[in-house]
Amino acid sequence: MSRRISPVIPGFGLTLGYTLVYLSLIVLIPLAAMFVHAAQLTWDQFWAIITAPRVLAALQLSFGTAFVAAIINGVIGTVLAWVLVRYTFPGRKVIDAMIDLPFALPTAVAGIALTALYAPNGWIGQFANDLGFKIAYTPMGITLALTFVTLPFVVRTVQPVLADIPREIEEAAACLGAKPLQVFRYILVPALLPAWLTGFALAFARGVGEYGSVIFIAGNMPFKTEILPLLIMVKLDQYDYTGATAIGVMMLVVSFILLLIINLIQRRIEKP
Amino acid sequence: MSLRRYALAALASAIFAGSAVAKDYELLNVSYDPTRELYQDYNTEFTNFWKASHPGDNVKIQQSHGGSGKQARGVVDGLRADVVTLALAGDIDEIAKLNKGSLPENWQTRLPDASTPYTSTIVFLVRKGNPKGIKDWGDLTKDGVSVITPNPKTSGGARWNFLAAYAYGLKANGGDEEKAKEYVKTLFKHVPVLDTGARGSTITFVNNGQGDVLLAWENEAFLALKEDGGTDKFDIVVPSLSILAEPPVAVVDKNAEKKGNTEIAKAYLEHLYSPAGQEIAAKNFYRPRDAAVAAKYAQQFPKLELVTIDKDFGGWKTAQPKFFNDGGVFDQIYQAQ
Repeated sequence: MSRRISPVIPGFGLTLGYTLVYLSLIVLIPLAAMFVHAAQLTWDQFWAIITAPRVLAALQLSFGTAFVAAIINGVIGTVLAWVLVRYTFPGRKVIDAMIDLPFALPTAVAGIALTALYAPNGWIGQFANDLGFKIAYTPMGITLALTFVTLPFVVRTVQPVLADIPREIEEAAACLGAKPLQVFRYILVPALLPAWLTGFALAFARGVGEYGSVIFIAGNMPFKTEILPLLIMVKLDQYDYTGATAIGVMMLVVSFILLLIINLIQRRIEKP
Repeated sequence: MSLRRYALAALASAIFAGSAVAKDYELLNVSYDPTRELYQDYNTEFTNFWKASHPGDNVKIQQSHGGSGKQARGVVDGLRADVVTLALAGDIDEIAKLNKGSLPENWQTRLPDASTPYTSTIVFLVRKGNPKGIKDWGDLTKDGVSVITPNPKTSGGARWNFLAAYAYGLKANGGDEEKAKEYVKTLFKHVPVLDTGARGSTITFVNNGQGDVLLAWENEAFLALKEDGGTDKFDIVVPSLSILAEPPVAVVDKNAEKKGNTEIAKAYLEHLYSPAGQEIAAKNFYRPRDAAVAAKYAQQFPKLELVTIDKDFGGWKTAQPKFFNDGGVFDQIYQAQ
């Protein structure tokens, strides 16, 4: 008889049970219901829906813009976190608090405000218009909205890690003759990369599914600025629940694969 | 234990006392986007009307607004609407079809005028002074004219827009369907933004300054003029031909029965046809059915040739799949490059 090794902290059964029930009710059952609903389709029908040219165009647009927005936030977000952690200046606390605002604001409000600003005759959009390009009603506008909505992720994941890196390590590296760039490359990047990847993955995943802010700024032209979540809404408005779940399942699977890849990369970095 | 028993007794007596003296009604009206103002006014009128004959009753009417299709889906999925007042009959048909027993399939025959107590039509809202000289549908496809309309796939209002344009295409080409398709295809080449709902398009046109023409419900166009400064910024252009937009109303029998609201829900809709109800519709820029009220507001609503969904398009049951479902006429406009 092999005995189970009981963990040091009591309450394992209770907390695990609670976790499983909670996860089932909130996440697993709704997602499973989607798969069950989509299972009404034959494989051929499912395949025809998700490979329709319009769906593929939207797929490319949704994942493309979310990716670019996550990259932008990966760079800007790191800089923001750096500024907030490494320097003290008046107003720092206020800026720190502002980072979370995109989470608090209803996304539709964000979308309408951004559209008003970046439309061809908006405050900012008019300058772009003078230069001969448009921001609102183009993929650039979608990226802009996604960048806004997903801004907090990278900042908030990188910030605490950055704050925990002792300054002494960098100083020691400098004493040993490392140039600033070398300190960055060999000290900071390895420490920050796992957190950065988490933030990037969160921002990316959130961006793929974002609907509320994007529909106002996108213009929603088929094949040009039509995002996948909108196609789901279009199907629902035809009472085509199965078609809508088919696209939902497809998005879920693609997102899952991408997140899995990011997770694997993260593991390799953490345990070389 | 005794506390619980006491609470139960109190609850029971409250229920019995309530039913003996007067009734408390809570009515839920699930409607579409632009009727907000209309039903605010009408609810006050109806509450007064009901209280005149049932002095002891308490009537509370709740309203819910959103895209017509979205609202219909809500009712299908279990939103406990006593009455639905939506943008098109097709959406109520879907409720009857998908939520079996909620209301009979022939719901539209239960009230006069195919259950549409008020109507509207599709008109053009243009920038002040009409700088692009837009007079009729034909002008919308001229070079340099940009047209704002919501996406017919997601907006009930936009389906009326689309059918009105199509009707013009038919008339201008002597009934040639291919040429009518060609016309709407060209028209949608002039559409730079497809919002998901009528209100979204109004924001794009009015607040964000996009486009030269907004295809809009007549009542929405009037509302845009009524907003502060609207008359200085916009003009309404009435085309030679448009469509009679018929937003229907219906009692959702199953829900009303369950909540004991059958009688009052029926009265709520029937009163819409009374002179007082018609007057409120007209004041909120909906075209009244009642001849006397219509005559009184004749000034407000210009006369124009109107096609109808039932006579000219064979009803929503035919028009929806032909024009708007996947692969329909609208989808054929947008093909992969």
